[in-house]
Amino acid sequence: MQEKYDFIVIGAGVVGCMIARWLSRYEGRVLVIEKQADVGMGTTAANTSIVHAGYDPVPGSLKARMNVKGNAMWDQLKAELNFAFVRSGDYVVAIGEEELPALDTLMVQGRKNGVPGMMIINGAEMRAREKNINPNVSGALWASTGGICDCFQVNVAAGESAAMNGVEFRFNTAFEDFIMEGDRIIGIKTNQGDFLSRWVVNAAGLYSDVVMHKAGVRPEFKIQPRKGEYFVFDRADIQIDNVLFPVPSDAGKGIMVTNTVHGNTIIGPNAQIIDDKEDTSTTIPGMDEIWEGSQKLIPSLDRRHVIATFAGLRAMGNGPCKTPGVNYNKDYIIEIPENVRGFVNLGGIESPGLASSPAIAEEVIDLLKDAGEDLREKKDWEPIRPARPRYRDMSHKDRQLLVEMDPQFGRVICRCENVTEGEILAEIHAPIPALTYDAIKRRTWLGTGRCQGGFDMPRVVAILSRELGVSPMEITKRGHSSEYLVRKTKDLEIADDN
Amino acid sequence: MIIKKQYDVVVIGAGPGGLAAAIEAKKGGADDVLVIERDVELGGILLQCIHNGFGLQTFKEDLPGPEYAQRYINEAKSLGISFLMDTMVMDVTSQRKLYLSSRDFGYVEVDAHAIVLAMGCRERTRAQVRLPGYRPNGVFTAGTAQRWVNVEGYMPGEKFVILGSGDIGMIMARRLTFEGAHVERVLEIQSYLSGLSRNYVQCLEDWGIPLQLNHTIKKIIGKNRVEAIESVAVDEKWNFIPGTEEIIPCDTLLLSVGLIPENELSKKAGVALDPVTGGPFVDEHFQTNVPGIFAAGNVVHVYDLVDWVSLAGVEAGRSAAEFALAEKERSARYIPLVPGKNVRYIVPHKLDKKALEKGDISLQMRVTKPIEEDVWLEVHGEKNSIVRRSERYVRPGEMVTIVLKPRMAAEVEKAGRLTVDIYPKSEA
Repeated sequence: MQEKYDFIVIGAGVVGCMIARWLSRYEGRVLVIEKQADVGMGTTAANTSIVHAGYDPVPGSLKARMNVKGNAMWDQLKAELNFAFVRSGDYVVAIGEEELPALDTLMVQGRKNGVPGMMIINGAEMRAREKNINPNVSGALWASTGGICDCFQVNVAAGESAAMNGVEFRFNTAFEDFIMEGDRIIGIKTNQGDFLSRWVVNAAGLYSDVVMHKAGVRPEFKIQPRKGEYFVFDRADIQIDNVLFPVPSDAGKGIMVTNTVHGNTIIGPNAQIIDDKEDTSTTIPGMDEIWEGSQKLIPSLDRRHVIATFAGLRAMGNGPCKTPGVNYNKDYIIEIPENVRGFVNLGGIESPGLASSPAIAEEVIDLLKDAGEDLREKKDWEPIRPARPRYRDMSHKDRQLLVEMDPQFGRVICRCENVTEGEILAEIHAPIPALTYDAIKRRTWLGTGRCQGGFDMPRVVAILSRELGVSPMEITKRGHSSEYLVRKTKDLEIADDN
Repeated sequence: MIIKKQYDVVVIGAGPGGLAAAIEAKKGGADDVLVIERDVELGGILLQCIHNGFGLQTFKEDLPGPEYAQRYINEAKSLGISFLMDTMVMDVTSQRKLYLSSRDFGYVEVDAHAIVLAMGCRERTRAQVRLPGYRPNGVFTAGTAQRWVNVEGYMPGEKFVILGSGDIGMIMARRLTFEGAHVERVLEIQSYLSGLSRNYVQCLEDWGIPLQLNHTIKKIIGKNRVEAIESVAVDEKWNFIPGTEEIIPCDTLLLSVGLIPENELSKKAGVALDPVTGGPFVDEHFQTNVPGIFAAGNVVHVYDLVDWVSLAGVEAGRSAAEFALAEKERSARYIPLVPGKNVRYIVPHKLDKKALEKGDISLQMRVTKPIEEDVWLEVHGEKNSIVRRSERYVRPGEMVTIVLKPRMAAEVEKAGRLTVDIYPKSEA
C-alpha cells in the first residue's frame, strides 16, 4: 500500500527544511524526500554562510523582497532553533577613489529594497574597524543587518524542528516523476517507491528545473550552475574581524574575505558558469583567482595557513521578474502554477537563498492559503529546537559540570576542534540522526581543523560502527559508495603461484 | 587513580619524547611525575610503527616501534610514574596550570612546578599542498592509513598512489604491498627524496614500486571515492609541464607530504614559536621562553630517528626536574596570609618566610565592618600569636597596616599560615 501524505517536499536543503518546518505548524502529514544521505548536501553544503542585508538584489524583484523580509526573521529563528548566528553587520569595501561611486549605487538600491541601518563610512573609519584592510581603502558601505551563521546548523536545526513536530524524512530517496490525475499531481515516483500526496513542493535546488519540467511547468526555465571555490584558514593564525565584500561586478558579489561563526577566516567565491550540476571540484585557475581576489581586500593573508579548500554550486535560474517595469530575468520563482494543481513550484533560489529561506517558507504558506488550502494550526506545535552542548565553546566551570552529568563529554575525539564523544553520540541519536562521517562533521565541526580529520577519522568510524551495530566497512563519508575501508587486513585470497 | 592537585613535573604526551622525559625527571629527583596521554595506550605514534629500525643508537638493537616504546613504558612504570590515558589537555597557562578532560577522571585542574611539552607532530594535509579536484573519500594522510592497517586491522583501499616521498609514505608502500594491495607509484614534486635513503631501498626498490621525482598530482578524479589521479611532471620551479599528464587509476591517495610540530597548547601557555621549525624557541635544556615549560621531541622540530627524540626527552626531563625542585623549595618557603575576623582582604596574599630576615614587611588590609571602639589587630599562626597592636577604631574606608619585624621571624617560622583578626577589645 502506498503511503499517503498531505505535503511532500522534494529536497532537504535549507529551503526544503525551512518549508517543512513551517508546514509542521499545521495539521497534516508531511514527508521530505532527499536523494542524498543527509540534509543540506547540495547548495547549502558549500556557500559563504552569510545572512545578506538585502542591498544587492534588483529593486522590485521577488529576490529583493524575500531577502529583506527573511533577514529580519533571523533573530527570532535563532532564538527558536538555537543555531549559531551573529548579526555582525557587513561591509562593501571600495579600494581607490574610482570605486567610491559604486557604494552610493548600492546604498540607493538598498534603500529602495527597504534595508534598514546602512551608512557609508570613510577609509580612515574602515581602517580603524578592520586593522588588516588594504590601506588603499577609500570607503565602505556598512550594512548593520548583515550577519554570519553556520549554514549546516541552520539546515539541520530547521529539519530537526520539523521532525520533532511530526515531519517524516526519507534519505537516499531520489525523485523520478510525478503521478498525475488529469492536471492534478497526486503523488511522486522515486527510486524507493511511490508516495501519494495532495501537494508536492519543489525545493530541488540545482535540479528544480528538472522537477518542474516533469510537471509540465515552465519548459523554458533552466538552472545554470555557477561554481564558487573557497579557502578556509586555520583559526589559530589569522583573525579577520568582519564580513568584507568587494564592490560587486557583473559576475556577482565578488570574492569576499569574512570571519565565520567558528572563528576561521574564509575567502571566496569566484563565479564560474558550468554545465555539470555535480561538479564541485576545485581547480587550479579557480584557486588562483580567489587568492588574487582576496588580496584586493586583505593583502596580508598568508596562503600557508589555508587548511581546506572546497567548491559549491549556486542554482542560478532564468525566471523573469513579475513586477511590471522591472527588467530582470534571474528572479526567484515561488508560485502555485495555474496549469497544474497540487504543485508548489520553487526555482532559481540562489544567493541570498539562505538569508531568504524563512521568508520563502512563509511565502509558501501564504500561497497555499491563497489557493484555498485549509491550514489549521496544531495546538501542540513546539517552536523550540533545543541547543546541544558545544564543549569547545564552554568555560572551564561549565565543562566540569557537563562531564559530571555525562562522562562521555569528557572524552575528546577531535583534537583540533575539541569535539567530544558526548557530542558525537548526541548527533547520532538526534531527531535527524547523523549516520555518516560528514553528517557528524557538519553538525559538530569535528575534523574541520588543521589536521583535517587525520586523528579523529578512525575513531569516529569506530563510534559509528558501534552505535549503528554495523561493520566499520559499512561506514561511509557521505553515503553512496563512499566507504572508508575495503576489507580486513590478512583477509585476501592468495593467488596461485604461476 | 586519585589525581593530585599539584605535581612536580607534568609531561604532556606519552610518545618517545614524553616517556624519556618522565623517566629522567623521576630519576632526577622529581617525586610526583604525571604523564598525560590523549590516546588509550602509551607509546604515541610508535604503536602504529610496527616496522623495525628503531633503537639502533639507544639500544644497539633493531626493534619494531611498539617494542621500543615498551622498554620505556616498563621503566616508567617500575619507577612509579603516574599516567592518565584517554585524557586530553584542554588548556595550559603560563602559570603552569593545566585543565584536563577525561571520560574516566572528569574535568580536572592540576598545577605543575614544571611542564614538558611532548605532543609530537601532525601530518600536513591536502590543503597545504594545494590538490585540486573533488573531495571524495579515499584521500588519507599516510599516518591515518597506517593507523587503520596496523592498529585497527582494516585496509583503506586496494590500489594506491602515494604523493610525497616522506618516510611514512614509503614505509606504508611496503606495508600495503605485504597486505596484498597494489601501490601503483610514489610521486615526489622535488628532484630528491624527502625521506631516508634506506627506506627508499628497503620499501620501494626491493618491492619494485616506482618512484617518480619531479612529479605531482594535477587533479583528483572521483566524486564519492577516488577513481584515479592525474599526475604531471614539473620543472624546477614546480610549474606543470604540459603534455606530461597521465591518468593513474587508483582507489586511494596517500599523502606523505611532511610533518608539522603540534603546538596549539604551547601557544595557549604563551610559548613563542620559531616560524621556521614550527616549534618553540628553546635553550640548551629545551626550556621555552616561559620559565618552567620545557619541550621535547617532534614538538620542537621534526626528527628523522626516534633515538634522537628520546635523547631530547632525557635532556628536557632532567632540566624540568631541576627546575621543579628549585620551584618546590621556593614555594615551600611561602605561607599564605588569611583574612580572619572582620578582615576583607590582606595584601600581600602570601609571604616568603625568609624575606623577614631582610627587614620589615608591611601587611595592608581593609576591614569588613566599622568598629567604633578600641580594637585589637592580631596576627597569629595556627597555635601561636605573632603580633598584636591596638587602634581606637577601624573603618572600611581607612586602610589598616600591621608591620611584621625581623624579630618575629622565629614565631613566623613555626606557622603554616598567618591569620589576621580585628575585633573589639571588649570581646577579647
